[in-house]
Amino acid sequence: MAKKMKVRAWTSGEKTTVKAILFHPMETGIRKDKATGKVIPAHYITEVKCEHQGKNVLTCLWGPGVSKNPFLSFRFKGAKKGDSLKISWVDNKGGSATTTAKIG
Amino acid sequence: MNTIRRTFLKAGVAGGTVAVAASAGLLTPGSVLAAWPKSAFETKKMNEAIKILNGSDSTSNSKDISVEAPDIAENGAVVSVTVKTKLANVEKISIFVPENASPLASSYVLSKQTDGFVTGRIKMRKTSDVIAVIKAGGKLYTAKKPVKVTLGGCGG
Repeated sequence: MAKKMKVRAWTSGEKTTVKAILFHPMETGIRKDKATGKVIPAHYITEVKCEHQGKNVLTCLWGPGVSKNPFLSFRFKGAKKGDSLKISWVDNKGGSATTTAKIG
Repeated sequence: MNTIRRTFLKAGVAGGTVAVAASAGLLTPGSVLAAWPKSAFETKKMNEAIKILNGSDSTSNSKDISVEAPDIAENGAVVSVTVKTKLANVEKISIFVPENASPLASSYVLSKQTDGFVTGRIKMRKTSDVIAVIKAGGKLYTAKKPVKVTLGGCGG
């Protein structure tokens, strides 16, 4: 299966910056297939959890208004090099993925 | 005497079980709602979505919030939005597009470790304001940025 997300995290000073791209179609459920005229069913990520060393740092609640292949960036304090950062998501159809990145 | 006591105990246990089951049944939708507020994403009224997410819809404008988005978005399907704030104790950042079919685009729940800073990409149906609502220290603050969309990005 194709890779479901790309995560980069690095520390400079006391802050850690995280950038992630999640590969997902993010269908709104309004869009129509031009060839068949049928509505493409909604398929989007609902929740993304970002954990630093098992501790939740950010929870994203997303709706269909988030772009295809969503990009996410945020910063947090208290991490050091080599720590783990786990990002996991679930979508409205029960799909999910988890990636663990090392903070560099 | 003893039999009565037994019966009483049994009834008590049974009653307890029912109560637990009822409360579990009642709690389930609540916990699901807390995990992902479906109604907030479905509502067409921005105030209602703010209320569902934050428990209140009384917001005040703040100069300490900056919403960074392009002045003109050529492609409404991908509009990069950054919300930054200098406010302390930020708990939640929500991003709204009032002209979209459902105004709530995304909501971020922050921990104490996390900075008041998020970047994401959202879809915009047409020219509209991008509104950030931030919950900090139990109060709601808001800021907005108008974005001109030349090609809508919500299909239809």
